[in-house]
Amino acid sequence: MRVRLELYASLMGYLPAGANRHATECELPDGSTAHELLDRFGVPRDKAHLVLRNGVFLHAPERDAPLLVDGDVIAVWPPVAGG
Amino acid sequence: MAWTRKILRIDLTSGTCTAEALNMAWAADYLGQRGLATKYLSEEVDPTCDALGPDNKLIMTTGPLTGTMASTGGRYSVVTKSPLTGLVACSNSGGFIGAEMKNAGWDMIIFEGKSPEPVYLYVENDTAELRSAAGLWGKSVWETDELLHKTHQDPLLRVACIGRSAEQGCLYAAVVNDLHRAAGRSGVGTVMASKNLKAVAIRGTKGVGNVKDPKGFMDAVRAGKQVLADNAVTGQGLPTYGTQVLMNVINGIGAMPTRNMREVQFDGAHKISGEAMHEPRKSDGKPNLTTNAGCFGCTIACGRISTVDRGHFSVENKPEYWGNSGGLEYEAAWALGSDTGVDDLDAITYVNFVCNEDGIDPISFGATVAAAMELFEEGAITTADTGGIDLSFNRADTLVKLAELTAKGEGFGKDIGLGSKRLCEKYGRPELSMTVKSQEFPAYDPRGIQGMGLAYATSNRGACHLRGYTVASEVLGIPVKTDPLATEGKAELVKAFQDATAAVDSSGLCVFTTFAWSMENIAPQVDAACEGDWSVDKMLEVGERIWNLERDFNMRAGMTADQDTLPKRLLKDAANVGPAKGRVNDLDKMLPEYYALRGWTADGQITPETRARFGL
Repeated sequence: MRVRLELYASLMGYLPAGANRHATECELPDGSTAHELLDRFGVPRDKAHLVLRNGVFLHAPERDAPLLVDGDVIAVWPPVAGG
Repeated sequence: MAWTRKILRIDLTSGTCTAEALNMAWAADYLGQRGLATKYLSEEVDPTCDALGPDNKLIMTTGPLTGTMASTGGRYSVVTKSPLTGLVACSNSGGFIGAEMKNAGWDMIIFEGKSPEPVYLYVENDTAELRSAAGLWGKSVWETDELLHKTHQDPLLRVACIGRSAEQGCLYAAVVNDLHRAAGRSGVGTVMASKNLKAVAIRGTKGVGNVKDPKGFMDAVRAGKQVLADNAVTGQGLPTYGTQVLMNVINGIGAMPTRNMREVQFDGAHKISGEAMHEPRKSDGKPNLTTNAGCFGCTIACGRISTVDRGHFSVENKPEYWGNSGGLEYEAAWALGSDTGVDDLDAITYVNFVCNEDGIDPISFGATVAAAMELFEEGAITTADTGGIDLSFNRADTLVKLAELTAKGEGFGKDIGLGSKRLCEKYGRPELSMTVKSQEFPAYDPRGIQGMGLAYATSNRGACHLRGYTVASEVLGIPVKTDPLATEGKAELVKAFQDATAAVDSSGLCVFTTFAWSMENIAPQVDAACEGDWSVDKMLEVGERIWNLERDFNMRAGMTADQDTLPKRLLKDAANVGPAKGRVNDLDKMLPEYYALRGWTADGQITPETRARFGL
């Protein structure tokens, strides 16, 4: 399956060369987890504070669950806030 | 004590400046700044008065920790009755003037009456005098600041003043201090202009030394600073990206109000985000962001200092805008960008400069432009009304032109200065105004963040994110993650945020500390500085008392509980994309529980029991 990974703020440095601003795409085996996707790009799991799957927050247990399907967008932020 | 125990009362009608003692019994119940000034306003001003008449008062107020060594201890507030909402206004600002006021020996300055001629207040420690502002009236904030520094020949003079927008009656004019910081919301600058008061210039050299337990205070402050430094948000995220880091987050979860809140995601968000501000421009290789900046005593430093590309149409042949100036915060970037559909980072940065230069609240301005754009699209406004300006969504040139006109109160800028509600009423489409209690929304769509709908509907100053920022929990996971699309538990969450924020806003500290600090970190600093017992429970009790006092002022001003609501668009028209697709804000599922938790009646009235509990 093909999924899109988006990295923001200080995590942008983990994107491969040639990535399009925030995003890169990759092929993953069916049944992959969000954590496995992060591992693929060397994103430290403890820095992935906000992990959204198609805009919906993934709680910690869900990041190890085989939830990903073809076409998913996983967007990841370190701890951030504003106002 | 931390309080100076002194108030400066300025009778603008007679031109007198009088020192008086701070009411310490009230300080024990309301702490300072937002709470204490609201108490003074509530006691001294008839809530039904004309906000722009001489019977209204304008209070500049500090908290007990303002001017101390506590991190972020530079906050001050402007409290008055709002001409935009007709309700209590309390606008909070950083920068340096709050600390300067405190260092001059004053907890609070109360302006009453109306000066027969334009004046400014000059304060140097114990000396306070009104001086003619004949040479300042008609000048921008930046010109006024420069002229006052030249007049007094003191580079350390701190100035808070109004710009031309306030003089021209823009109903959401700000009081700008230190060039780029603002008591921005609810039209506090418009009230200042109505009193013929152009500026307040302060120099204070006394220090703030009257702390109850100096060693305990230093220990508590040091511990607090360590927490801020070690926290990923306050130690790294905010200094690096500022509040603008939220642009992509909020867009990602589908809660980005777009084109007058018709849509919930903005396809140009990535072009105007905090990350985009770091990207080198093609023209000169420099990024929009030059550096971050901190207010007095702040160890976070989330402020933005930016430049506009010199080749950009907005600043072409205008070298006065080529230098560094106050850059975009998230709220301004949203209102000027997403809500109008403009994705031109240079254009919205320039408009932000104009807002600072002439004292305009960029949230209300951007939201009003967005409403005007929808009115134009619907045919309710035509080019015959606008002086030929095409108000189509997405047009950066239109945004720029309207900012320049509103800053000076010229042409169609007069209409934009009315605010969204009055503008939409004038052109016969009141339902297109995205406001609560006549104040424009900030940058979170309550269809995608349910708790914020309740926070907006019940905010004591109309639509506002800073009266109960449940985004922290619902989106960012601070202190714990809750589901933004759920309504269960949100009444309790909103109340907790509202009460805690009211207490923080009364202390002299910045609410952004609460991304890392809980009340367990804040109360010990207040307790060591101030006489009395300032436990966590006492702080929260004070916060709740303040909330009820503000509500009471509003009810006496004529507000009714049926105004605790949202525009129909947000209650009836479902989000069309993203995680909230198909959802409206379910306010009716949260509001009854909220009233009950507050100890109010089912129709939102403060009960006698609740009044007695808080001594109202």
